[in-house]
Amino acid sequence: MKQFSYIRAENVAGAVAALAADPQARLLAGGTNLVDLMKYDVMSPPTVIDINRLPLKDIETLDDGSLRIGALVSNAALAYDPTVAERFPLLASALLAGASPQLRNAATTGGNLLQRTRCYYFYDPASPCNKREPGSGCGAIGGVNRIHAILGASASCIATHPSDMCVALAALDATVEVEGPDGRRDIPFLAFHRLPGDEPQYDNTLAPNEMVVAIRLRPDHFAANHSYLKIRDRLSYAFALVSVAAAIDMKDGGITDIRVALGGVAHKPWRDPLAEAECAGKPANEATFRELAQRLLAGAQGQGGNDFKIPMAERTIIRALTQAANGTPQVQSEKAIR
Amino acid sequence: MLHADSERSGIPIVITLNGKQERLEVAPWVTLLDLLRGPMELPGTKKGCDHGQCGACTVLIDGQRMNACLKLAVTLDGAEITTIEGLGQPDKLHPLQQAFVDHDAYQCGYCTPGQICSAAGLLNEGHAQSRAEIRELMSGNLCRCGAYTNIADAIEQVMGQSSGERPDRNAPNKAFPGKGFKEAAE
Repeated sequence: MKQFSYIRAENVAGAVAALAADPQARLLAGGTNLVDLMKYDVMSPPTVIDINRLPLKDIETLDDGSLRIGALVSNAALAYDPTVAERFPLLASALLAGASPQLRNAATTGGNLLQRTRCYYFYDPASPCNKREPGSGCGAIGGVNRIHAILGASASCIATHPSDMCVALAALDATVEVEGPDGRRDIPFLAFHRLPGDEPQYDNTLAPNEMVVAIRLRPDHFAANHSYLKIRDRLSYAFALVSVAAAIDMKDGGITDIRVALGGVAHKPWRDPLAEAECAGKPANEATFRELAQRLLAGAQGQGGNDFKIPMAERTIIRALTQAANGTPQVQSEKAIR
Repeated sequence: MLHADSERSGIPIVITLNGKQERLEVAPWVTLLDLLRGPMELPGTKKGCDHGQCGACTVLIDGQRMNACLKLAVTLDGAEITTIEGLGQPDKLHPLQQAFVDHDAYQCGYCTPGQICSAAGLLNEGHAQSRAEIRELMSGNLCRCGAYTNIADAIEQVMGQSSGERPDRNAPNKAFPGKGFKEAAE
């Protein structure tokens, strides 16, 4: 690890000011990703701003019924929060599908949004990587690309976003609250992460001098029919090859609202709200789910090593939606898929 | 706001380590794991992967299990830290330590301190109610010798004790259906 200057911020304004003073500085919360990347010399910020003392650790229900989750709420505290378990079980399930208990105790909500890809070439400073070192090329294109993107990739980068939590937040249409020198602004979740294009060094639309302070979830209606289904190389503690956050609202067997977000397949959680909207009024059955899955994957393109993800994604979408429709969500400690 | 540059690298922190208050000066890039194994002379906490993947460095920070390799010590000012050395003593083992001995829940033993600290965290959390849940919630601790079955047995035994039940040692062994524990061992 390279040496760095250390700043311990006492409040959000102090953290934002320190960030504005040094655009190369990085915020440190749980440390589960940043410290790891610093050990590999993948990230070597000259200044680290410790934000662990900031008062962003509350989960509160707002007057309009929305849930506001502070950026420093740990992944474990969020997953086991009684209100989250009752009202947003899809989010709780996605959180418990990710990482390990030790990591979930340390990792934070804001940090989960900002975690970097697990592309092997990004992690290896000896390899070319346009995300780590713009202009150096991409080792994954034409290389080993079993874990890489099938949707929204570019000629510069085929990395995926590794989060499980963010897949659920995309399905639930969360809002990201950020603060910068000019105050606070809201970013709709689907506009927070971005596709790589020819600037894969930017994972998201956060300005260099802004920080995530909270996530908001609107009062919704997906507590009954949802499922988070994650397919991976081992049954626990591994990143998704494909994951699906599915939620359905039904009336008399017909779909009134349906959400499907995909993880492990793109540079951001993948959704197609237009394709979802066209399901309104259709029966909640396999034929409808297959049609939606095929719409979502219409532009999918394999890279050789990850071609298997395309049929796998179709089947995972259909299965997750079937679990959601039946009211039998995937239980993360149960390894059989029903 | 505390501000330290790399020229003046020692930053004062106060931690409670295994019940004892320690006033220290640490460089910002020192991990809790290196602090424990180096200056604090507590080598029970093991360095396996040093990247949060194996769980050998698991300790309890304010009662919660975490990977010591991914925590910068400087961020822990005011924290209470418990390592394997603080969990039990040779003449007074923690119930989990005794259960690991009873069940032969190790081979080389390198992952054991992390397994036991992780299991202590699991018991504090109270989210594991079944063997499947124990296995899932211990998945952050790898054992390259493959003692997983016995590790789960040991944790199940302690969970049984805390709820007033003791597992029946002559009950059919799950790993060898149709055989009791003793027969399976022979």
